[in-house]
This record gives sequence, structure tokens and C-alpha cells, in this order.
Amino acid sequence: MLETFFNTDIIGAAWKIILAGLGNTVLLSLVVVPLGLLGGLILSLLAGVRNPLVRWPLMAWVDFFRAFPPLVLLIFLFAGLPFAGLELGGFACVCIAFFLNTGAYYGEILRAGIESIPQGQIDAARSTGLGRIWTMIYVVLPQAVRNVLPDLLSNTLEVVKLTSLGSVVAMPELLFQARQAQSLTYNPTPIVVAAIIYFVMLWPLVRLLSRLENRVLARA
Amino acid sequence: MSNWERFLDTFFNTKVMAKYAPDIAYGMLITVELAALVIVSGLLAGLALALVRSLGFRVLNLPIVFAVDLFRALPPLVIIVFIYFGLPAVDLSPSAFVSTWLSLMFVLMAFSEEIFWAGITSIPKGQWEAARSTGLSFGQTLVNVVLPQALRLTIPPLTNRTIAITKGTALGSVVALNEILGMASSAVSNSYNPSPLTLGAAAYLVLFLPMVIVGRWLETRMRWKR
Repeated sequence: MLETFFNTDIIGAAWKIILAGLGNTVLLSLVVVPLGLLGGLILSLLAGVRNPLVRWPLMAWVDFFRAFPPLVLLIFLFAGLPFAGLELGGFACVCIAFFLNTGAYYGEILRAGIESIPQGQIDAARSTGLGRIWTMIYVVLPQAVRNVLPDLLSNTLEVVKLTSLGSVVAMPELLFQARQAQSLTYNPTPIVVAAIIYFVMLWPLVRLLSRLENRVLARA
Repeated sequence: MSNWERFLDTFFNTKVMAKYAPDIAYGMLITVELAALVIVSGLLAGLALALVRSLGFRVLNLPIVFAVDLFRALPPLVIIVFIYFGLPAVDLSPSAFVSTWLSLMFVLMAFSEEIFWAGITSIPKGQWEAARSTGLSFGQTLVNVVLPQALRLTIPPLTNRTIAITKGTALGSVVALNEILGMASSAVSNSYNPSPLTLGAAAYLVLFLPMVIVGRWLETRMRWKR
């Protein structure tokens, strides 16, 4: 059993490949999490516009990307767009897909955060002479983010896990590298090692989240 | 051809779509079957674990918490790849369907256990004590007093989580499962036209958009009632 799933010889041979994958997963996460947050911030700020011409298309946009499996979006960009003469490459496709998909999720969370701030605070800030934009930046957003921090963290966990989709479009991230090593060695050890790395990397966040979530529901 | 016509011919080619529509329909059937299995088995397993956890035996709780943490931390695609490509090394060869089903079931089990557990612990201890003091047994208290209140709280987060995980059925295409995305992808390479992918995308929207809208509705409804 250990010979098959945790073969030290295989680990000795494959650790460099897998470690390179880990590096790329971290780098990819550092790109796509801010991208998703940016997309979410734009959506959540637009959600404050009362005009129905903005409101309804916005809701449709968010629901559309929440209903669409991210892998389908990614494959569409990667395998569909080249037919229209637009060959973007794996990295660009992952970035666009994450901006659209995770942006919709971050947007919903940030919107809930912004809506949790009482109108009186905004009125008070405006009456002191603060402009609309500065009210948003100094008064609303800091409190909004704090109010929905558990949800933001939980979504970030999902986004980091989702970077494993990059393997489907040949991005050399952790899962892709592990599968390369597996097919070279005919042994599942690299995949087990990759799974252990994911677990060790994300476990602290999972622990933290489960404590935060229990507290939130207990208060409700 | 104008640009617009060329665009339509590429992404909305009716001839290609008509030819591959039966394939996509078959893929939809597989997706629906898989999704239904994942939802039912995942939620039941999650609820069962949460109930066992509420008994409060340390020996049982530690493995439950560990399993939940494990399946929350691992990307579903990694679990699918492990089951499908890894288990054959010990002469277990689950099919693509079973691999995808088991993976998503474990993930939904983990997330729903967390939510059910949070719901159960949100019921104040006084209610347990009051129910027990009227002569209700532990089981009766759980079923008649605690669960009805706890489950109501869990519905909105549970719905959203279930949808997000069920969308993962598309991951099955990575292990050559003939669900919507898998069928659409092979149709694209056979026809050398991306229209089947457009059709597949539409199929996903038909299946999941109603779920997303119901989820949104539940969220607002539950918020009003509080």
C-alpha cells in the first residue's frame, strides 16, 4: 500500500517537478484572487446604482456566471474562441474566466457587506463634507469588508482550490505537474503528494473558517 | 460573408447544432443523473455525520472533523483525478461516473456537515434541557425540537453551496465522462466548429440558472422572516 501510494523513490525522483507546480499554484493564486476581488468590487459598487437599467442587467450577469460551471467557461475561452481567430493561451483564459466567475461570487459577498452599513453613516459622512467616493473608501468599505470577512475568506479558499482547473488548459500548476509526474512514473504517488500539499497549505484556512462560521450562525 | 454572419456561422451554426443536439441531450441526462445522486447522497451523508457528531463522543468526532476538513481543503478535481487515475494501482477501477460521483459526494458531505452542525449548535442549550425535562428522549428532542429549527437556518447557505458543488459535475469531462461538457468537447473536435460548445453552455444554463434563482429567492425570503 505504502509502496504504491507513498513511494519514497518516486518522491525522490518527482519532488522537483511537483515543487515547481506548487510555486506556480501560489503565483497563479496571487494573480487570480486580486482579479476576482477587483471584478467583485466593480459589481458591488454598480449594485448601489438604483437605476433599473443598471440593476437588472447586473443581476442577470451575476446569476449567469454563478450558474455557469467555471470549467465550461474556461473551455469555451480556450477551445471555442480560437475558432474566431482569438487564441489567448492558457494563462490569459484562466485570468478572464476567474475574473468573470469568481468576480460574480465576490461581488455578491461585497454587495451584502455594503448593504449592511446603515444609510445614516453615509449621510453623516456626506454631511461632514466628505465626497461620495471618499465616503465609500473611508467609511463604507472598511466596515463592509469586516462584516463579511468570513465569506470573503471562504470564497478565497474556493478560488485557490479552483486554480487546479488550470491543469485542464495545460497551465503547469500543482495538479498538472503531479499528473505529468504520475504518467512518467506510472505511479499515483505524485498525486497523493500534491493532495497532501493542498491539504497542508489550506488546512489552517479551513480551521479558521469553520470557527468563524460557527460563531456567525450561532449569533443569528 | 459579413463579420456578423461569420460569427453566427462559427458559434451558432444551426446545421452543426442540429447534428449534435442528441449528443448534448444525452450529456444532459448524465449530468442530471449525476447531479441528483451527488445532491441526495452528499446531503444525507452530511446530515448523518452532523447527527453522529451531536452525540458528543470524542472518538467519533475527531475522525469526522478531520474528514470534513480534508474534503474542504482538497480541490474536487484533485479528488476525482486521484480516484480515477490513482485507485487502479490497487486494482480498483471505478468508472468515470463513479469517480466523479464519489468525489463530489465527499465534498458536499463535508460542506453540508459543517452547515448542519452549525445549525444544530445554534439552538440554545436551554431548549435541549427544556425538551428533555418534559420527558422527551434525546432522539425525540433532536427530531422534534432541534432539527426543525436548525434546518431552517441552514437552507440558504446549503442551497448556495449545493449549487456550487453540483456545477462540479462538469469536472467529470476531465476523466472522459460523457456529461454535457465532455459530449460538447468531443463534438467540437469532430465537427471542427465550436457551436456544440455554445449548445452545451445553454444546456448548463437551463439546468443551473433556475437553481441559482431559487437560491437567491430563498436567501431574501429567509432574511425577511428573521
